[in-house]
Amino acid sequence: MTLSDLATRLELHIFTPGVPIERPVGGGYASDLLSDVIGHARKDDLWVTMQIHPNIVAVAVLKDLAGIVLVGGRVPAAETLAQAEREKVPVLGTGLGTFELAGRLHGMGVRGG
Amino acid sequence: MALRRLRADLHIHTCLSPCGELTMSPRAVVERARASGLDIIAVTDHNTTENAAAVIEAAAGTGLAVLPGIEMTTAEEVHILGLFEAGTDLGPFQSEVFRNLPDVPAKMKFTGDQVIVDAADYVTGFCPRCLFGATLFSVQEAVALIHRHGGLAIACHIDRDSFSIISQLGFIPPGLGLEAVEVSPRLSPDEARRRFGSLDGLPVVRFSDAHKPEEIGTASTDFLADGPGLGEIRRALAGEDGRRVIVS
Repeated sequence: MTLSDLATRLELHIFTPGVPIERPVGGGYASDLLSDVIGHARKDDLWVTMQIHPNIVAVAVLKDLAGIVLVGGRVPAAETLAQAEREKVPVLGTGLGTFELAGRLHGMGVRGG
Repeated sequence: MALRRLRADLHIHTCLSPCGELTMSPRAVVERARASGLDIIAVTDHNTTENAAAVIEAAAGTGLAVLPGIEMTTAEEVHILGLFEAGTDLGPFQSEVFRNLPDVPAKMKFTGDQVIVDAADYVTGFCPRCLFGATLFSVQEAVALIHRHGGLAIACHIDRDSFSIISQLGFIPPGLGLEAVEVSPRLSPDEARRRFGSLDGLPVVRFSDAHKPEEIGTASTDFLADGPGLGEIRRALAGEDGRRVIVS
């Protein structure tokens, strides 16, 4: 399943219109501790978080993640978006909380490690 | 100019901090700091500077230098130490912190009494809002706010698994402008460098993060400086004019 499919089915908001979202999503990871994501997320994971700090983009690049979904209606800082566009990291958003979004993703076949 | 070696513990809580013992009164803090051989301390309660003046007053004439400070919680749940020059009017700074700290009522069972005191240890009030919470400031905004009020910004206990800039943000954001990073008493500065690498060349300091009197001075950092003022500490951290941090 691609990020684009998930975005359509879950009605995710797209914060980075300039970044392609055709990339396949290999799995999912939910965490707000960036050190934990660096340690445990896997390549191609879709990362669910409420952190909006610019460092999330660097972590997504470092771990080669499929994209980032911000939960709870959180809006990324302008600097975060500028970096995401530059680094081609898709940043999406939802009004759902982490638990609900992770449940729906799991129901659609996206699995954690 | 006569440079002296000054022993500093610049991360100490008082009875105003949610997790600070009631016994951390101004007189007790001063007494214990002097008994521990410290030359400089800083009062750094969670998200508030309100007890600092009382400790400064309690130390007057004792030879112990006291800096007002704060341990701010940022939106990312990173703890940032702000240290200021004694005598700075921190009213405007504190107002800005409180405007950006969600007003959750304190519950004594979880927050302790959050006691505001005077220099003679008399209770003058209680902070009604929970000081544990995170402010709405990003780390960048917190550091900028501290700098705007003439302060030094230090990332706290970066080796801890929570409330550390490394645990929360994975690494120190480039260009953040910190003056130093602090490691917890369990880690030596050398071990810190081995574990975290160059740390952008920032000086590493170690303080006690005391919440009880007996913890005061259990970790400290020596500065070679011409007196205990904030400006001298700033210059020692920057390694200017012979001033420096002495790693012990």
